[in-house]
Amino acid sequence: MNTTIMLFLVQDGITNGAIYALLGLALVLVFAVTRVILIPQGEFVTYGALTYASLAAGQMPGTAKLALALGIGAFAFDLFVARKALHGRLILRSILTNIALPAIVLALTVYFAAQKPPVAVSIALSLVIVAMIGLYLYRIAFQPLAHTSVLVLLIASVGVHLALQGLGLLFFGAEGQRGPAVLSGAFTAGALRFTGQSLTVYGITIAFIVGLWLFFGLTLYGKALRATAVNRLGARLVGIRTTLSGQIAFLLASVIGALSGIMIVPITTLYYDSGFLIGLKGFVAAIIGGLVSYPLTAVAALVVGLVEAFSSFYASNYKEVIVFMLLIPVLLLRSLAAPAVEEEKD
Amino acid sequence: MSALLSVTDAHVAYGKVEAVRSVSLEVGANEIVTIVGANGAGKTTLLSAIMGILPLKGRVAFAGQDLARLDIEDRVAMGLGLVPEHRELFVTMNVEDNLELGAFRIERNKAKASIERVYTLFPRLKERRKQLAGTLSGGEQQMLAMGRALMGEPKLLMLDEPSLGLAPIIVADIFRIVGELRAAGVSVLLVEQNAQAALKIADQAYVMELGEFVLSGKASDIAANERVAASYLGFQHEGESVI
Repeated sequence: MNTTIMLFLVQDGITNGAIYALLGLALVLVFAVTRVILIPQGEFVTYGALTYASLAAGQMPGTAKLALALGIGAFAFDLFVARKALHGRLILRSILTNIALPAIVLALTVYFAAQKPPVAVSIALSLVIVAMIGLYLYRIAFQPLAHTSVLVLLIASVGVHLALQGLGLLFFGAEGQRGPAVLSGAFTAGALRFTGQSLTVYGITIAFIVGLWLFFGLTLYGKALRATAVNRLGARLVGIRTTLSGQIAFLLASVIGALSGIMIVPITTLYYDSGFLIGLKGFVAAIIGGLVSYPLTAVAALVVGLVEAFSSFYASNYKEVIVFMLLIPVLLLRSLAAPAVEEEKD
Repeated sequence: MSALLSVTDAHVAYGKVEAVRSVSLEVGANEIVTIVGANGAGKTTLLSAIMGILPLKGRVAFAGQDLARLDIEDRVAMGLGLVPEHRELFVTMNVEDNLELGAFRIERNKAKASIERVYTLFPRLKERRKQLAGTLSGGEQQMLAMGRALMGEPKLLMLDEPSLGLAPIIVADIFRIVGELRAAGVSVLLVEQNAQAALKIADQAYVMELGEFVLSGKASDIAANERVAASYLGFQHEGESVI
């Protein structure tokens, strides 16, 4: 191997690693706040990517309809839970967030899909659609189970993943799609060629990580999310609703997932089920970070990206195997360092 | 005037085991009420149920409103605060963040004034405001837990064993502050094993044994009661049964 190839592989690894880092951070966030291991994170990636690609190709993405359907479901849940103490403001708020919002977005999507919208509009619509799906899924599938064990939440999470994957096949078909580059153009530095797309990936990843850091460190809602993660009962005792924290966590995770998808889809062809594997790599990083440490997760994600890039060069048939094998020594070390922790009781 | 908190015929059960049976109590405005009793009598269970952490059968009303359908968070917003036995602090966050979050349901500009009041009450917290809550001493953690609860501007503060495991000098400090709270218009429902200190400061008292109230009345009368003295105030004669 010469230096040029090595530099290429490093560049490739860092680009992928940046995306795994974002996904890993979202997984850690969701787990810390809600104890849900977010398997459907990969579907947020695919939905974001393929919604964006469909819109850019002038097609109507089915995800916009799904958002409205889930919104109606979420509204029904709201009504059912509050059935004994219904009042006008509550109903109005629920209608606005669960029905009016996705209906407006659906109308906008129909309108724009017919006339090949500009890139910025496609991105914005895709992000909003997937964000709503994430929010409503939390309301329907996870909020009612919030007090159950991690295992029950995991089962629900797998169920949501399978359902979303099936719906993905229905919406986008079995064909792969590619989207237009967010930023076109390229420049070379020495042997390396930087495309506008890879620079977008670096820029957005760094901006998001800094943004999250500021959000958690400086804002009241960011601190409330951290508080919920540290001590759920303590958070409730100061009046922080765990459902509110859960909603914010799911919103962030779905936006991060969709954004990752939008960044990948101009580089790689994505299929309705590609997200799962991408999400799993973020998951490997999150596990290495013990599902608690943000910095460790980000670093681990870069390692995952690099290992993947190099193994695809040396042993491309085994590239996934090698990446997932990273987990074994980590799990072994962790189990030796902290033997059998009882699950927290709630 | 009706009581600030009134609990009527409350039952709390863990599965089939009833930990609290047919308990009724009242806390008036500007009043310190204490519940004393041995370990395992059901005091903590009762407080948790009043706060909405555990399900309660019976009636709980706060400021004239029935609490049955309200979550913990709604009860906090109404002005009911609990400092639990295990404090439940945000240990990986600093003192200031813990206090700021205590005012989560309070308007931002009011919270600024609240934090100064808490620092006046607990000057030690101000010195340590950038320190992580988990690295504080037990006494400081108790102060932080009380400070955090006060940030929510409660009308009634429920304290669960605030003196547990603390050095006597800090215990004295904490009881002094409980007294100051009453002066500032906050009612206190105090659960304590340190019956002597609790009865000295309280207006009303209840004695709890095996999930039931066996005695109630003015704190001074309860303190003078022979049976209470024998059981809880350290004047127990050898061989005499608690009940």
